[in-house]
Amino acid sequence: MNRPSKIVRTIASITFPFIVVFGLYVVMHGHLTPGGGFQGGAVVASGFALLVVAFGTREVVRKIKEKHLSILESLGALAFISLAFAGITVTFFYNSLAGSGGLFGEIPKYGSNPGNMNTGGFLPLMNLSVGLKVIAGLSAVVLALALISLKGGEKK
Amino acid sequence: MIFNAPYFAVISLIAIGIYTLIFRRNLIKMVMGVSIIESGVNLFLITLGYREGGLAPIYTNLPEETEIPKGLVLPVPQALTLTSIVIGVAVTALMLAIVVQIYKHHGSLDVSKIRRLRG
Amino acid sequence: MRKAVATIFFIAFLLAFFISVSPWFMRPFGEPADTRMDDYIIKNAQNETGANNAVTSVVFDYRGFDTLGEATVLFTAVAGVVLVLRRYVHE
Repeated sequence: MNRPSKIVRTIASITFPFIVVFGLYVVMHGHLTPGGGFQGGAVVASGFALLVVAFGTREVVRKIKEKHLSILESLGALAFISLAFAGITVTFFYNSLAGSGGLFGEIPKYGSNPGNMNTGGFLPLMNLSVGLKVIAGLSAVVLALALISLKGGEKK
Repeated sequence: MIFNAPYFAVISLIAIGIYTLIFRRNLIKMVMGVSIIESGVNLFLITLGYREGGLAPIYTNLPEETEIPKGLVLPVPQALTLTSIVIGVAVTALMLAIVVQIYKHHGSLDVSKIRRLRG
Repeated sequence: MRKAVATIFFIAFLLAFFISVSPWFMRPFGEPADTRMDDYIIKNAQNETGANNAVTSVVFDYRGFDTLGEATVLFTAVAGVVLVLRRYVHE
């Protein structure tokens, strides 16, 4: 019972990119379909938990250290705060990109319409930063709880 | 009266959670009891915001003949429930980490045997 | 003996709780009390925010301050977990 068998490792390697792509799709289309930052981040973190279960903790810790995840989470939180301060001349959380003609600036047709991705103001950017924060945070929790059985062996 | 069924489900969930917290001595089962109470509270928040025969408040590919303010469900309780679910996950993770630390220090998970603070 | 007393108190408390907040006295399921704020949000979310999803525009634009508090709670919980288990994380 040293490592998991070859079948388990192969199927997990094939399934993991699909899980990451689906999670990023849920994050990115948060202003058109149900979803958003928190839901998509939880999907990608469960894909990381699949990697930890299928490959064993020793292999995963060799590639992904804990300080990389800490840097990613701090970047996500800082991006969220700076987006909130971007429209400070009017008020704290002002949506300054909706209605102007730049990035994500159009207004959709009133009523039922097929979704246009170029709309939304700064909602997609905030979805991305919160999604990054949730991915890194939940992956760090999964890694910390999996490292207990690897490192801690003695009990009183 | 049978159409108030979600409120019965909320009260059952909270009762099961409180029973688990009082009458079980294993620490992991107490953590599960707290999680069940959180599920009941989230269900209660969602139930308050339902309108009769309403659709989800999303405009992408909505059917053409729904009237706009009165045929859709209220969106504000759904936003508050999202926040509550994330906070529940965070509290459960922290509780599990503290339970692991208690086990490594005292050697057992029984609440009646962990009584005194040891140095 | 102590367990029997505890069980009787628990059943009495449960009956009082059940009857006092019982679903027979609440509003019928499906008729909210006052919907003026939500009607305003549903009607004007597309013009002011520019998003098709009313729930996302409430979470990030009309009530963005609550999302800031929730992100802080998540960050604090993750920092607390890594702090409690720091003996197993660092080599």
